[in-house]
Amino acid sequence: MQLSGHDLICVRGGRQVFAGLDFAAVSGEAVAVVGRNGSGKTSLLRLIAGLLVPAGGKIALEGGDAELTLPEQCHYLGHRDALKPALSVAENLTFWADFLGGERLDFTESLATVGLEHATHLPAGFLSAGQRRRLSLARLLTVRRPVWLLDEPTNALDVAGQDMFAGLMCEHLSRGGMIIAATHAPLGIDSRELRIGGVA
Amino acid sequence: MTLIDLANPTRFLALTARVLPWLAAATVLLLAIGLYQTALAPDDYQQGATVKIMFIHVPNAWLSMFVWGVMSIASLGTLVWRHPLADVAAKAAAPIGAAFTFLALLTGSLWGRPMWGTYWEWDARLTSVLILFLMYLGLMALWRAVDDPSRAARAAAVLTLVGALNLPIIKFSVDWWNTLHQPASVMRMGGSALDKSFLIPLLVMAIAFTLLFVTLHLAAMRNEILRRRVRSLQMMQASRVAFSSEMGATSRGQNASKEVGAA
Amino acid sequence: MCGADSRRSNHHWKPPMTALSALIRRDIRIALRVGGGALIGVLFFLTVVVLMPFAVGPDLALLSRLGPAILWLGALLASLLTLDRLFMADHEDGSLDLITMSRTPLELACAAKALAHWLAAGLPLIVATPVLGLLLNLDMVATGAVALTLLAGTPALTFTGMIGAALAVTLHRGGLLMAVLVLPLSIPVLIFGVAASQAVIVGPMTFGAPFSILCALSLVSLVIGPFAAAASLRHGLD
Repeated sequence: MQLSGHDLICVRGGRQVFAGLDFAAVSGEAVAVVGRNGSGKTSLLRLIAGLLVPAGGKIALEGGDAELTLPEQCHYLGHRDALKPALSVAENLTFWADFLGGERLDFTESLATVGLEHATHLPAGFLSAGQRRRLSLARLLTVRRPVWLLDEPTNALDVAGQDMFAGLMCEHLSRGGMIIAATHAPLGIDSRELRIGGVA
Repeated sequence: MTLIDLANPTRFLALTARVLPWLAAATVLLLAIGLYQTALAPDDYQQGATVKIMFIHVPNAWLSMFVWGVMSIASLGTLVWRHPLADVAAKAAAPIGAAFTFLALLTGSLWGRPMWGTYWEWDARLTSVLILFLMYLGLMALWRAVDDPSRAARAAAVLTLVGALNLPIIKFSVDWWNTLHQPASVMRMGGSALDKSFLIPLLVMAIAFTLLFVTLHLAAMRNEILRRRVRSLQMMQASRVAFSSEMGATSRGQNASKEVGAA
Repeated sequence: MCGADSRRSNHHWKPPMTALSALIRRDIRIALRVGGGALIGVLFFLTVVVLMPFAVGPDLALLSRLGPAILWLGALLASLLTLDRLFMADHEDGSLDLITMSRTPLELACAAKALAHWLAAGLPLIVATPVLGLLLNLDMVATGAVALTLLAGTPALTFTGMIGAALAVTLHRGGLLMAVLVLPLSIPVLIFGVAASQAVIVGPMTFGAPFSILCALSLVSLVIGPFAAAASLRHGLD
């Protein structure tokens, strides 16, 4: 499986964020997108996720599920965690599992992995920022998708959380998954660096 | 028993646990006496047996206003004296007040049916009570809109006090509006010169319903205190256990990376 | 070829049903929990209707003549009031991104959200109508007629209002702008809704004709609404 972008141009709000960007990633590989603020790291992830339309160039996934589009095979973990404070932790997670569909894992197992099993039936509104991020990670585990698009994934995670997350990423890669992460901090796993927009 | 003693919720719980059974018993007893006397009271020579709705209607109408008064005092407690139980009292009283107000409206319209020929007439008194009911519902919606009760408390307290100041103005405007449209042929409900055979059962019923309110209010306050304790326990659980499970997650994470390394 | 086709339909039509019912259940749950706004719409409806007699006077004959119009206006405003958060909340917390990316077509997801909104906020209005009919001196038949027209017409309000809610997300503006955009679109619904209820109460028109048009309007908006909303959400992505 190979994900590649060719000669990508991104324009947002009338401003050209980047142009002529090429990238490629294969199964089992993590790509760390680095660059200064405003260089278009988030925009690149959103282009891949289909949440932005490129002004030029092409993104293609070879060797994936031919019946699904690229965004349907991606997990997108953005700045905002897509959680409803009024629903319980379990309700939040089962909703996304039901809604996203496809191959899925038992949610109690993924909650245990991210260290939230004690909070299963508590409202998500009671969680701290780091715990909310852990719950978002549980979503990535519950629903299997080959491509993970992560935007500053280690934000708000403590040291133990970052270690846990590094373990999860390794597992995902070893199963033939692919990770593209926009990050300032080191990811904590072996990754190839993709620098955009000049020197940070 | 002073206010300071009651400031401690634990103390309040212990005290009310002892008082509540007696209060409930007294309420039931008085209600029974009141209902018995009501049954014995003579029929009105004009309205017949319908007049007996009055013995339910008037206490409910009285309580609909009394409860707002209780909430106003509790709101002062929240804003001025910062009494820890004040917002619990205010929150617990709102649904009970709304229920009494609703019963006043319901009995009022049932009473009005044989006299007016319709269930509802825009009579000045009923209309004022209807507005009061809407204000109760608004207050309950305010309490429900915010998840954190201590944040909702101050907003609700301000609204309650503004409501208390505004109620006479509303009452006056509605009276004026009503007499403007309907010359004074409106039924005088309850009448002014009540016979003793009506007055005594009515007083008994009023006291019984007031006791009923006190009982329900104390029970609701207990529930509210317990509900807040559950909430804070849940919040503690969300944060406390996270620490111990973090250790587990760390080891799991390390194991996972080791496995991957081995592979 | 055939095998591939059946597999494809499996892939694309079985999951959406569970996905859509999950979305509907989630939205209804949120609306009914603490902080949800479903019942505030009913309270607003009640208040607007109670205000009317103060403006026109307590004349019961007049009120029963204006009754259907008052109830319809109240329901119209109440259902719009709660609509502007339809997509905004999901946009703010990032859920909308994931919904857009999912295998469920965005049009169906929009329709499911609107349906959930109607179930949580629209149906209670219809349940409240008999009580309000009492206040406006409407008899049983008239109240029933108004409730029936509301039942047929409020889906149209929700599904056209949804377009405004989607535009509100795209423009990052809610509230009054949305009301200004959507209110003109709801004029036909208002016309035929009130006409059908009046037909029952005073005649001389038959109930059938305006009521059928009302149902037709609802069905048309059921189709147009989700497509327009999804299109506006897609183009508004950023």
